[in-house]
Amino acid sequence: MTAVPTGHRHPSNPVLSLKDAALGFGDRVLWDNLTLDVCAGEFLAVLGPNGSGKTSLLKTILGQQALDTGSIRFDGHAVRRGDRRIGYIPQQKLIPGGTPMRGRDLVALGVNGHRFGLPVSRGAERRQVDALLESVGASGYADEPVGNLSGGEQQRLRVGQALAGDPRMLLCDEPLLSLDLQHQRGVSELIDRRRRDHGTPVVFVTHDVNPVLGMVDRILYLAGGQFREGTPDEVLRSEVLTELYGTPVDVLRTGGRVVVVGIPDSETHHHHHGHGEN
Amino acid sequence: MPPWKLASAVDDGIWSRLFNFENYGELLGLVQNSILAGAILGVVGGLIGVFVMQRDMAFAVHGISELSFAGAAAALLFGFNVVAGSLAGALAASIAIGLLGSKARDRNSIIGVLMPFGLGLGILFLALYPGRSANKFGLLTGQIISVDDPQLTWLSVISLIVLVGLLLIWRPLSFDSLDADVAAARGVPTRFVSLAFMVLLGLIIAVSVQIIGALLVLALVVTPAAAALRLSASPIVVPVIAMLFGFVSAVGGILLAIGGSLPISPYITTISFVLYLIARVVGLRTRPRAGLR
Repeated sequence: MTAVPTGHRHPSNPVLSLKDAALGFGDRVLWDNLTLDVCAGEFLAVLGPNGSGKTSLLKTILGQQALDTGSIRFDGHAVRRGDRRIGYIPQQKLIPGGTPMRGRDLVALGVNGHRFGLPVSRGAERRQVDALLESVGASGYADEPVGNLSGGEQQRLRVGQALAGDPRMLLCDEPLLSLDLQHQRGVSELIDRRRRDHGTPVVFVTHDVNPVLGMVDRILYLAGGQFREGTPDEVLRSEVLTELYGTPVDVLRTGGRVVVVGIPDSETHHHHHGHGEN
Repeated sequence: MPPWKLASAVDDGIWSRLFNFENYGELLGLVQNSILAGAILGVVGGLIGVFVMQRDMAFAVHGISELSFAGAAAALLFGFNVVAGSLAGALAASIAIGLLGSKARDRNSIIGVLMPFGLGLGILFLALYPGRSANKFGLLTGQIISVDDPQLTWLSVISLIVLVGLLLIWRPLSFDSLDADVAAARGVPTRFVSLAFMVLLGLIIAVSVQIIGALLVLALVVTPAAAALRLSASPIVVPVIAMLFGFVSAVGGILLAIGGSLPISPYITTISFVLYLIARVVGLRTRPRAGLR
């Protein structure tokens, strides 16, 4: 499939395709020989401890970090910086009170925030912003100052912002971090609905798979310079993660939740200095 | 003479030095170009201040203005155009800060290092300068009345360039100021936008140094925007109020100052500060911000 040279989109063509990709910093390998296709309609969760290269993978997809070896293609072409066909939903960073922006302005940045020229918005753009606000259920606080909104409300607006311009793929960087359970569900359902309604594939980086467990098709689990890839049932197993971590790890399933016990502390705290892991 | 009488006599003297409206019409005619330059600076300073606040760069403004002072002082000593010297210093500082300090903490340490160096250089150049001492002080505390007409024209033109530049990069700059990572992912050339902003900031600071003095630039580039942000969170109302406050501070300050024999800066800084106080009080009453998260 990756041999198809350029251009024409075909249903079976992967939207995102990594081939023999490797990335490391100094003498530390984050991942190596990573070959991965993400096709239309797929929900891929990227899991792993801090410093395992989740954020670096994300930067690679965004064209902000070059691979050491191998290739990465989006929609048949090499990835590039600032590709507006990728909708990017960042970690929830609370916007401070007093920011001179209303809910609708945050969404509008997704529509025309990249455009230079006099800041006069056209009628069509305003209608598009209204439609996006509606689609993420944020019309009720569209005119509130963003700094007065809760983290969950701000994150809904960010989803609306990412959906502007009809993205071909959604890239999510821990978008549920520090949200309460109700907002975790609300925001993840918005992302999943876009996938189901438009076939937009989702790459979802997270340290906790549980809020999206029911939506995930495949998991890419990164740890200690290696990775495992497969369905949740294939990857989230004691023997698989024990092998990956090189130390006994237990995967417990309880009440529809997955709990991973015994991940070594050194993995979570020790490797992540200075590589952009948040 | 009893002490209270003495005090009131001193007061009379101070008041007439502070506010003196004899021959006001005549004076007004002489300084109309200064008023125009001040008006444009007030408006543009208020506008750019909105981004200075959002990007947390008040300290950078102060640092750049000290380097601008050093450049102006060097120009004075070596006989170059003072506005050109001021511009050179401000641009060197703002571009250096823009290139080296993308993270707030890096930026603040760079500014902390640059600022005393610039101020020290400026003081050295002024100490070596054999000319009138009024010129010396003017660079630190404001000297618009002594700036000649061709230079005033230059200051106005530079301010207008900043205004147009700011409007042209408005949206990408707003995006970058709010969330640089997302802006980069969504096609904003964030490095170019940040650097362009720093150049515009350097330009307007160089103009402010000529008019209000290096030590007091913040009164026109930060205070009006800070006041506006207490009153509104609308992306349209905030810049409009900031421009209005900047205009009132600059023009009001010049109008009050021209009759007396004192520098204009204290008038501008006081008006600007009073507007900020009023905005805080009004903002508290109209916008209860606590507890809404």
